[in-house]
Amino acid sequence: MSTTDAYYIPHKATWPVIGTVGLVTMLAGFANYLNGSSIGPTLMVAGLVIFIIMLTGWFTLQATESESGMYSTQVGISYRMGMMWFIFSEIMFFGVFFGTLYYTRYLSVPWLGGEGTGAATKELLWPTFEATWPTNGPKGLGLDASGARVFGAELEPMGAWGLPFLNTLILLTSGVSVTWAHHGLLAKNRDQLIKGLIATVALGFLFVSFQAYEYHEAYTEMGLTLGSGIYGSTFFMLTGFHGLHVCIGAIILSVVLFRSWKGHFKPENHFAFEAAAWYWHFVDVVWLGLFIFVYLM
Amino acid sequence: MSAVVAEHDDHHDDHAHGPAKGLLRWVTTTNHKDIGTLYLLFGLAMFFVGGGMAMIIRAELFEPGLQFVQPQFFNSMATMHALVMIFGAVMPAFVGLANWMIPMMIGAPDMALPRMNNMSFWMLVAGVLLLASTLFMEGGGPAGGWTMYPPLILQTGKALPFAVFAVHLLGISSIMGAINIIATIFNMRASGMTLMKMPMFVWTWLITGFLLIAIMPVLAGAVTMLLTDKFFGTSFFDAAGGGDPVLYQHIFWFFGHPEVYVMILPTFGVASTIIPVFARKPLFGYSSMVYATASIAFLSFIVWAHHMFTVGMPVAGELYFMYATMLIAIPTGVKVFNWTATMWKGSMTFETPMLFSIAFVVLFTMGGFTGLMMAVAPSDFQYHDTYFIVAHFHYTLVPASVFILMAAGYYWLPKWTGHMYNEKIGQLHFWLSAISVNILFFPQHFLGLAGMPRRIPDYAVQFADWNMISSIGGFIFGASQLLFLYIVIDTIKGGTGEKVTDEVWEDAHKHGLEWTLPSPPPYHTFTTPPAVIPTEHI
Ligand code: HEM
Ligand SMILES: [Cu+2]
Repeated sequence: MSTTDAYYIPHKATWPVIGTVGLVTMLAGFANYLNGSSIGPTLMVAGLVIFIIMLTGWFTLQATESESGMYSTQVGISYRMGMMWFIFSEIMFFGVFFGTLYYTRYLSVPWLGGEGTGAATKELLWPTFEATWPTNGPKGLGLDASGARVFGAELEPMGAWGLPFLNTLILLTSGVSVTWAHHGLLAKNRDQLIKGLIATVALGFLFVSFQAYEYHEAYTEMGLTLGSGIYGSTFFMLTGFHGLHVCIGAIILSVVLFRSWKGHFKPENHFAFEAAAWYWHFVDVVWLGLFIFVYLM
Repeated sequence: MSAVVAEHDDHHDDHAHGPAKGLLRWVTTTNHKDIGTLYLLFGLAMFFVGGGMAMIIRAELFEPGLQFVQPQFFNSMATMHALVMIFGAVMPAFVGLANWMIPMMIGAPDMALPRMNNMSFWMLVAGVLLLASTLFMEGGGPAGGWTMYPPLILQTGKALPFAVFAVHLLGISSIMGAINIIATIFNMRASGMTLMKMPMFVWTWLITGFLLIAIMPVLAGAVTMLLTDKFFGTSFFDAAGGGDPVLYQHIFWFFGHPEVYVMILPTFGVASTIIPVFARKPLFGYSSMVYATASIAFLSFIVWAHHMFTVGMPVAGELYFMYATMLIAIPTGVKVFNWTATMWKGSMTFETPMLFSIAFVVLFTMGGFTGLMMAVAPSDFQYHDTYFIVAHFHYTLVPASVFILMAAGYYWLPKWTGHMYNEKIGQLHFWLSAISVNILFFPQHFLGLAGMPRRIPDYAVQFADWNMISSIGGFIFGASQLLFLYIVIDTIKGGTGEKVTDEVWEDAHKHGLEWTLPSPPPYHTFTTPPAVIPTEHI
């Protein structure tokens, strides 16, 4: 299958250190920016540039090595395991925010509204607060007709059956198209491979644009922002991190598309394609969770 | 493409010539032994940095009243001491051991993903530097405790975003390290090295790796929410916006409890490696050790709220977390029993690694007992947030994790360097450490039971005596560690001058593949997998 049997141990790696410098520069820049220091944005951009150079350089190196047959089957298994465990860590990361949604929605907001042992809390803190979902919390954002503050004003939730449903269909379709492309790859059907990938990438970016539009609506029309209490916080945190992952996934798939066009992948050796496809399915499944728990329920 | 092939040929040259020359060797290395050394030295350095902070803490607590430092700085020392010791010293040191030993123990040529291995080390350095830089910022370093509870931690000055990003970097580093270890163990074992023949150290790291990948993203999520609460107007931990500060505690401890096992499981692994060698018997109950490790790891995910008994949970929650926590004592007891049974009727000798290991078994059990006391929810209302907790976790971490790291150092230094350490100074180091660690931490039980709260720079005069004794123990303990530093440097430079054999310890080759290799092992080992697998531990 590959031209070598020995386990390939690379030497003199420079990209990891460069990547670390890039990342830490970016983060230090971001922290400075948050603290209101003027050097922040410059550092962020510099760090980002270094980081992108690292990604390009490192992946090019990997691709060249793979093309020249330096990776045995066993090396391929290491890469696959690495990707699988990375996706597992991502699942745990999203788990935190799903857990947060569950906890606030079914436990702490009802407690604030006086449920269970929360009766005294409600009486002492915000007696007029009614636990509803969605809520922006007792501090409220809403004003009633007379201009007085309304505690725990009900928010208009983001509807499920408009754009979000469309986006669900888009992502599900993209899951099918990437699998179709994979079948093309396995059957040595280059045309199918490329078309399937183009469709997947296009659907991915379409999803992101629709979501950008939805955010725009939320901020300008509905008054739903990150600051809209716990509903706004959980809504934007979950959909925002997911959207970021769709962007990353679509960029990875674009690179895979480029490499497919270059003819890099063979039916028996195409780890990069597989990893990208796994990632894409993962993003897909997270979206289903979002659609059900954030939009529908 | 031809360029690449030529480069490939160079690699074969590297095999013959060993490591590259100069400083760049260490920056760009992908060799598991080099990276292991880097991790171990970094961990040792941070042990002294964190130790220095502990000396400041104990100096301030030597007498009631404020003597040396301001309360804000004191709290920031307590916070940074914990973060530096956990993320900078203990965890990296164990990753260093994993790097050095796992490939040699399972007969692999190197770690599965060598470039990523390099990156995880440098991410660690970057994270710790970012964290350390906060000490010099306006408003000082983070001072709300290593648990970083909101709303208190949100009052941190300029340091907050830096501390949050430092945690992110440390998390990325740990996850990459853990992925690498797991891939190595699953994919790189020599044929014949079945899972149930793996040395216990490898087993414990496999499970620790899983814990790390599962929990570090959780911590990352928690601190990300702190950041957005502070800077982007979210209300995750703000009841006025419908959030809940207690939610942070749940998320933190979902990370935090498994995290303490991240530090103790590899400790168990090393103890299970050393004790059989010096008892000259196979490890008692190998498979029960494996299952006990796995059950401890599983249980560690479902007991987190025992850190929050006083926070106002529903009674059902208190009861559930109380009983679930007590369950952990069972697999832990299995382990202590097995170590003891391994020594039973063994022909024991008491070299320094064995002394530290025996002290570990005894003193860790102390920590386990106080853990059980605190697991009883109603009793914990008395113990919570007092020095009793401080005594508990220091018994599980210092005479356990740290002692075992010392034991590992003495045990493997001759293999790593080819030189023997000075046994006399080693024994002196042991006895000074073992006695002073008890003077340091045992009185803290009394202080806690009498009601002295943790994380305060000043205290009521009734606590004066035991605090002074504890501080004296602390100073002796701190000073004794300089002996270890001396021994490490001395051994690297040539030690006693005595040339050590391949197996170093009598019959050690029966206990692990690493002892079949030369001391020190060549730069690349097992480029062709070994044929014979020792089976002594079964
Ligand atoms: C039999 C096993 C154990 C039990 C039943 C146990 C139980 C507990 C309980 C109930 C607490 C919370 C006390 C309170 O805050 O009121 C606690 C705290 C703690 N335990 Fe353990 N524990 C055990 C083993 C360990 C081990 C092996 C480690 C570390 C290697 C450890 C490290 C800690 C730490 C660091 C804290 C304090 C965290 C903090 O508040 O800063 N424990 N333990
Ligand atoms: Cu715990």
